[in-house]
Amino acid sequence: MKQNYLVKIALLCLAGWVFWLPAIAQQTGTISGTVLDAKRQAIVGAAVIVKGTTNGGASDVNGKFRIEGVKPGAVQVQASYLGYQTSVTSVTVEAGKSVVVAIVLEEDVKMLQEMVVIGYGSTQARDLTGSVVAIQAKTFQQGNFATPEQMIMGKSPGLRITTNGGAPGAGSTIRIRGGTSLNASNDPLIVIDGMPLEGRGIAGINNPLSLINPDDIETFTVLKDASAAAIYGSRGANGVIIITTKKGKSSDKLRVEVSNAVSVKQITRTVDMLSPAQLRALIEEKGTTGMKSIIAQSNEETNWQNEIYQPGLVNNFNIAFSGGIKKLPYRLNLERYTEEGMLRTGQLERTGATLNLNPTLLKGKLKVDATARYNNVQNRFANQGAIGSAVTFDPTRPVRSDSTRFDRYGGFFEWTLANNGNPVLLAPRNPVSMLEQQRDVSDVNRFIGNVSLDYNITQVPGLRAVLNLGGDFTQASGTNFVDSTFSGAYIRRGVNNQYQQSKSSRLMDAYLNYTKTWALHSLDVTGGYSYQYWQTESPVYPDMNLLGDTIAKAAPFPFYTDNAIISFYGRAIYKYLDKYLLTATLRSDGSSRFNPNGRWGYFPSVAVAWRMMDEDYFKQFKKLSNLKMRVSWGLTGQQDGIADYAYIPNYFQGTPTAQYQFGNQFYSVLRPDGYDANLKWETTQSYNVGIDYGFFNNRLYGGIDVYYKLTEDLLAVIPVAAGTNFTNQILTNVGSMTNRGAEVSLNYVAVDRKNLSVEFGANMTYNINRITKLSVIDDPQNPGILVGGIAGGIGNTIQIHSVGYARHSFYVRQQIYGEDGKPTEGSYVDQNDDGIINEKDLVHFNGNSDPVTFFGFFGNARYKRWNAGFSLRAETGQYIYNNVRSTLGQFRNISGLGYINNLHSDYLNSEFATLQVLSDYYMEKADFLRLDNLTIGYNVGSLGKDLVKVRVSAMIQNVFVWTKYSGIDPEVFGGIDNNIYPRPRVYTMNINLTF
Amino acid sequence: MKKLNYILALLMGSIMLTACINDLNTAPKYGLNANTVYSDPNNYINVLSKLYAGLSITGNNGPAGNPDISGIDEGFSAYVRVLWNLQELPTDEAVCGWDDPGIPELNFMTWNSVSPFVVAMYNRIFYQIPLCNEFLRYCTEDWMTEKGFTEENKIMIRQYALEARFIRALSYYHAMDLFGNVPFVTEADAPGADLPKQINRKDLFNYIEAELLAIEPAMQASRFQYARADKATVWSLLAKLYLNAEVYAQVNKYSECVEYSSRVISAGYALDAEYRWLFLADNHQSNEIIFPVTFDGMQTRTYGGTTFLVHASITDSMAPFQSRFGTNGGWNGLRTTRALYEKFQDTSDTRNFFWTNGHTLDISVVTGEPFQGYGITKWRNVRRDGSIGNDPTRNFVDIDFPMFRLADIYLTYAEAVTRGGGGDPGLALQYVNALRNRGNIAPLPNLTLQEILDERARELYWEGHRRTDLIRYGQFTGGAYNWPWKGGDSSGMAVGEYLNLYPLPATDLVANPNLKQNFNY
Repeated sequence: MKQNYLVKIALLCLAGWVFWLPAIAQQTGTISGTVLDAKRQAIVGAAVIVKGTTNGGASDVNGKFRIEGVKPGAVQVQASYLGYQTSVTSVTVEAGKSVVVAIVLEEDVKMLQEMVVIGYGSTQARDLTGSVVAIQAKTFQQGNFATPEQMIMGKSPGLRITTNGGAPGAGSTIRIRGGTSLNASNDPLIVIDGMPLEGRGIAGINNPLSLINPDDIETFTVLKDASAAAIYGSRGANGVIIITTKKGKSSDKLRVEVSNAVSVKQITRTVDMLSPAQLRALIEEKGTTGMKSIIAQSNEETNWQNEIYQPGLVNNFNIAFSGGIKKLPYRLNLERYTEEGMLRTGQLERTGATLNLNPTLLKGKLKVDATARYNNVQNRFANQGAIGSAVTFDPTRPVRSDSTRFDRYGGFFEWTLANNGNPVLLAPRNPVSMLEQQRDVSDVNRFIGNVSLDYNITQVPGLRAVLNLGGDFTQASGTNFVDSTFSGAYIRRGVNNQYQQSKSSRLMDAYLNYTKTWALHSLDVTGGYSYQYWQTESPVYPDMNLLGDTIAKAAPFPFYTDNAIISFYGRAIYKYLDKYLLTATLRSDGSSRFNPNGRWGYFPSVAVAWRMMDEDYFKQFKKLSNLKMRVSWGLTGQQDGIADYAYIPNYFQGTPTAQYQFGNQFYSVLRPDGYDANLKWETTQSYNVGIDYGFFNNRLYGGIDVYYKLTEDLLAVIPVAAGTNFTNQILTNVGSMTNRGAEVSLNYVAVDRKNLSVEFGANMTYNINRITKLSVIDDPQNPGILVGGIAGGIGNTIQIHSVGYARHSFYVRQQIYGEDGKPTEGSYVDQNDDGIINEKDLVHFNGNSDPVTFFGFFGNARYKRWNAGFSLRAETGQYIYNNVRSTLGQFRNISGLGYINNLHSDYLNSEFATLQVLSDYYMEKADFLRLDNLTIGYNVGSLGKDLVKVRVSAMIQNVFVWTKYSGIDPEVFGGIDNNIYPRPRVYTMNINLTF
Repeated sequence: MKKLNYILALLMGSIMLTACINDLNTAPKYGLNANTVYSDPNNYINVLSKLYAGLSITGNNGPAGNPDISGIDEGFSAYVRVLWNLQELPTDEAVCGWDDPGIPELNFMTWNSVSPFVVAMYNRIFYQIPLCNEFLRYCTEDWMTEKGFTEENKIMIRQYALEARFIRALSYYHAMDLFGNVPFVTEADAPGADLPKQINRKDLFNYIEAELLAIEPAMQASRFQYARADKATVWSLLAKLYLNAEVYAQVNKYSECVEYSSRVISAGYALDAEYRWLFLADNHQSNEIIFPVTFDGMQTRTYGGTTFLVHASITDSMAPFQSRFGTNGGWNGLRTTRALYEKFQDTSDTRNFFWTNGHTLDISVVTGEPFQGYGITKWRNVRRDGSIGNDPTRNFVDIDFPMFRLADIYLTYAEAVTRGGGGDPGLALQYVNALRNRGNIAPLPNLTLQEILDERARELYWEGHRRTDLIRYGQFTGGAYNWPWKGGDSSGMAVGEYLNLYPLPATDLVANPNLKQNFNY
């Protein structure tokens, strides 16, 4: 442990060692003066040198500088500071005398725009050595979003975002370069204004990101390679997304921006089931007597899928005040977002306020950036089970019935037992009653606050100390009411269950940053310390019915979990001749999740970049305007998805429903849980080679990256040797896995004139995942770990993790087809020719659950006051197991045991009598091209003597999907389609007023 | 001002470095670890409760959630449920119509080393054993002295330790019966230590015998408390061990079997007046059950155990469910074959719980046809007086599973005597006829081995004994006795003798290279 301390202290000192570099002095003339900005305020720490020499210094707290030992004669004084245009002033120096110059630096607007946040600081885009993509507001997806990550779908190569269906506020699965884990988390780290968010979910909410107002966001920065992400150490392996939010500006007078977007949603496709007539005819022809007698009972027709959906309305209102009061820049944004689900009764209402203050104090020495972000979300969750129920429910039955038989079910038709009218246990429930007789509501409050203090230590020019304090607090509560007339809760007489959760995360980050520029060298060193602590606590409640009876007693203890990470980190960026760039980072993380003997990990990275464009040789290529090569290596870790105390041999008490009886008394149980004392991080080594290019004065620009990632100590759930632990399977570090890929991006400014501009952007990603090791002992007989549970029977799986294959590879039986092209029921290729079809005849399907290649393509055009844009996305090479078709497209699904179900129309093709869930007949290619949005806008301009500027726009989200996939939507993360909440098409009108 | 800045910075730095490092030592707020649990003698009963509950429920949440073992649906993983499946589905007594992975291969005897229920049984057994070992590591005299337990507490804990050894021996007995040659660990093997060595079936037999004989003298007297292992429980297991000794260890132990079954019989148990009482929600009142695995609709909830037995036996043709079975419905799963039905030649036998209405006697298709084959309705969640079990949702049942009961021991005694183990042949006949008398059928004039096997079927069907019985009689495998769907053939066919043992799971062969697979798998 001592050694660890030494390393950490060394890291902290990294920023300090340069202080003692001796200054260079000569005897001749002297230049002195001040460096000021356009507002005549001192610029502290500007580099001032005599051009062509290494002689120079930095401006002090008053902007003053002094250069001694200048050779007499005419010289040029060059002054530069980050974010300002470099200035060159000519002066004549006389021996033994001092000349005074006043230098004024103009803000470099373009360069400021090109500042890219990189984690604990920012840098100019041209100086980046890692694979980093900054996505600015202007390239965001247009539309009405409940949740921010959807705004960058398809906008960056290497970034794949798949929404988890169309429910209000539904989350997304975000993958950067494929993800590096098997059983732990594959989600990237998300950092909002320097505050890393927790990866785990929040009760009462579909998606923690839906508690961030998309309208607050200015930039998403995606850190993809290890060089960029390694500064986040043990949490960087899956990449990092840094969100920067909008700030106030000091120079502005009060500016009020009002926007209101109104949308209506439309369902695009439903599952293709048999019509009532087809079902009747089929039962007539082949049905059992049970089926026939049931279908004969009713002559009605109901399209259940139409009954459960509605065109949900969305309204998004934002009002933002920004400006400065006595040099106190502020921005206050108030928001109200309401969304009705397409699935009836679902609703999300969000109310939020964000206040940002970023004053500069102490004569410009202290920059403060304080943000308080509060959101309240109220959800009513529609029972998504209604989707599956509507698909399968008998289409010859009415939604409601006047028969007194159904009085006890609130008048809804339900499948009941002939003798006593009670519900049939295994029958589906009326989907409309599932929606209307349940009220599952939640109320979630989240506060995220952070204060960043950036102090310029003027005693040492170029040295800053930054302290960032943050807190993230969530209070969630909810109640699930189910009417006692609902058939699914009829016998227990309704449900009245509560839950609550409070979560918090606290962050303290402190670092020193030192920049120094000599004539040919420049150095930017950062060293810091970070502490973050997370806590979650949920009280426990009994399972109650509506009469107040306890169905099951509450668990004995509240749920509680906490964890902490302590980190030391350092980064040095070295530039030589402004064209050779070197970045080295080192982070040391200590995690409470691991055994004290092994809880510290070290995550280094190094990257070099060569600005080839600045070499004389390349200047001859006139059409070339930018060329940079980047090479990086780094080590990152991953620890999300590991339970907080998994290394400790813990005992846990069972619930009151898990007691055991001795005599007449029940005793609660105490159980030791399985544990792995030697758990540690997954570590990923990443290699990246990239080129940034620009042609035609950067009208055409982009980048190409090739990467290789090797994850070792892969966390996998594997069987433990029987008898050696208190479980049969355990999460342990056992395997290795690779991701190889390439990314290309291309942006083209086709036209850029005053009245007309046209821009396009395109990107492509190719990624191949392979598991290379999965057990302690290699056993070629062992096919791997079965995963990907599916509906249809209990315990069936359709995927496998196998060495030599991509994770979540499909593992299927090979269907044999008859001469008529139809699948022959129960007939599969006997892979080992042993005469029986069993698990040994399962094969790896040739096709992955993840796409091999995916694309984004978008464009914007402006003509006078009109603008228009589109955003397309495509994925190819992935397959879907159609679980809807496989469970519902077989005759036995009709049942006839007291109820009947509808069949998927695929039955007409397969004519399967029984469930054939493992057949590759249900594998489908899921390539798709989706037009994510289409926007048209008109800038009305100023109205009422410049009182207000008006812009209006109209957009359509999810305009079309081109695919051969037969299910309702080919975009299913994980490759198993089982009744997803359909993604709506959304029509939006937006008006934006600026006062 | 300047100095102040430096001082502040230094101060902050040192606070950060020292104070916060310790913040990495987080611990569960409401959890306990081995040291805290076993420092308080009052906690021992709760761990002991878990050792017993491991036979009954599937996890810490009841009925589901926080499971003990994973890789299988939690409800499927219950000890009694998988044991029952492995003991009944391959026999003439039962088939299950579900198409869930692992079910058809039990019906048709086509299992292999990855069959889910075979794996689950093995995992259940080797979940119980390390749990018992862990408990025993904290029942040592050294530990109790170190913690300063009172003599009273020490006596109590020593008693618990004997019961833990019984629970472990019981699981090793099941391991020996089902798998034969298995990994072997005792309390001397700490978690995560070396990979276990394999023990062969005969050595395991000797170990179990030695363990049972070692704990027997100090066990509590019979029936000292309901559902706790006592002297009679140990004797019962010894009797079963000895009855099957020729199978397990190729030794003749019938006279020992006679000895220990006689001890059970004279320990104060009595046959219940009515056979049906044994399988009802209030069967804890039974005077016949020697060792139950307990369930309760409110406090011991699982989708396995007797909840499974009741629901899975019910088909939709058996309504009304609530009044008849005390449940909210049925799962349309289990039925029996013609072979069992035909053993009840006298249909007035009160042990006859065949459900024929809406069902066919013969089974042409097993999977997915719940009305082919007669149902069995002996497991019911109603009380003797007809009232329904505790759970208002009618999901979870109160019936305790009789792992050992007096009728079984009667038949064990009779068989051991008939097989030449000494004892009293007249008494043996009397015991068998006592069961027939309760069943309201004519007494037998004399005993034959086959008649005893058939009587076991009539008396003990659907209680998880059949596979072991058939193996002992050489009728499980081979072609001496074929019943419908034996070996996957609708009229039954001969199967290989290697099927008398289940295979070790492929997963464990990978995890533990010390293991050798059973013959022919």
